[in-house]
Amino acid sequence: MAIFFDRDPFLELERLQRQMDRLFQDLTGREFYPRRVGVYPLVNISEDHDHIYVRAELPGVNPEDLEITMKDQQLVLRGERKIPPEEKNVNYHRRERESGFFRRVLRLPSPVDPNKVEARCKDGVLTITLTKPEEVKPRKITVKGE
Amino acid sequence: MAEKELTPKAKEEAPAKGERVRPGRVFLPAVDIFETPQALVLVADMPGVSGDKVTLDLKENLLTIHGEVTPPSEKETMLVQEYAVGDYYREFQVGELIDKNKIEATVKNGVLTLTLPKAEKAKPRRIEVKTE
Repeated sequence: MAIFFDRDPFLELERLQRQMDRLFQDLTGREFYPRRVGVYPLVNISEDHDHIYVRAELPGVNPEDLEITMKDQQLVLRGERKIPPEEKNVNYHRRERESGFFRRVLRLPSPVDPNKVEARCKDGVLTITLTKPEEVKPRKITVKGE
Repeated sequence: MAEKELTPKAKEEAPAKGERVRPGRVFLPAVDIFETPQALVLVADMPGVSGDKVTLDLKENLLTIHGEVTPPSEKETMLVQEYAVGDYYREFQVGELIDKNKIEATVKNGVLTLTLPKAEKAKPRRIEVKTE
């Protein structure tokens, strides 16, 4: 008998893996990081009062080989990691670094000002600084005493 | 190079060796090691490490690489965390004889390139056999 999935079986597998990870994390009390997210590059997204920061580790990627586009709340990172070809008479002992293309589409957690986006690459870490529009910034509410 | 798509890899944590003074996690950097007739070249991915934060050591045959990462500001609140930030550490046993005075290291875009020139081997000594 065939088994039918009403959802994407791979998504289901990933969901299961995440649950397992969480269970494992609860037992060991360690932080939880998804072991395999699926799309390169992995990103960290953080915020402060005025900005949202999107960071990605892209060692060996030249800034000119990176293309970042933004539309509405969607950010697209595209690029290539090149590894210069080796000289002649070279013997490889270890080869762990990889070259290739990448493309990642991210949905931002809140709306941002499309005219105030800054991207910087420093020491192989890309930081995209996005500015929150006035409407989404947290506002302080004064509590009046009587 | 074919149209290869990169896949993310989770960072592997470096095996703990004693207790560290600085808090935080330590990871093994991915490396390429190749040998040319003149030198042994090591290339390591250490994103977030600037040139002045790399410590290299070659003692006897043990090569150690350590890269320190400056973590992002603590004023920020993390919303999504897919990768962990930490220092890098890795050790290698170097079999070749290395000329320690000519080691060169450069860091560019978070990639360390280490060139370890081979020491000039002692010239073969010729032993003369005297005949009577």
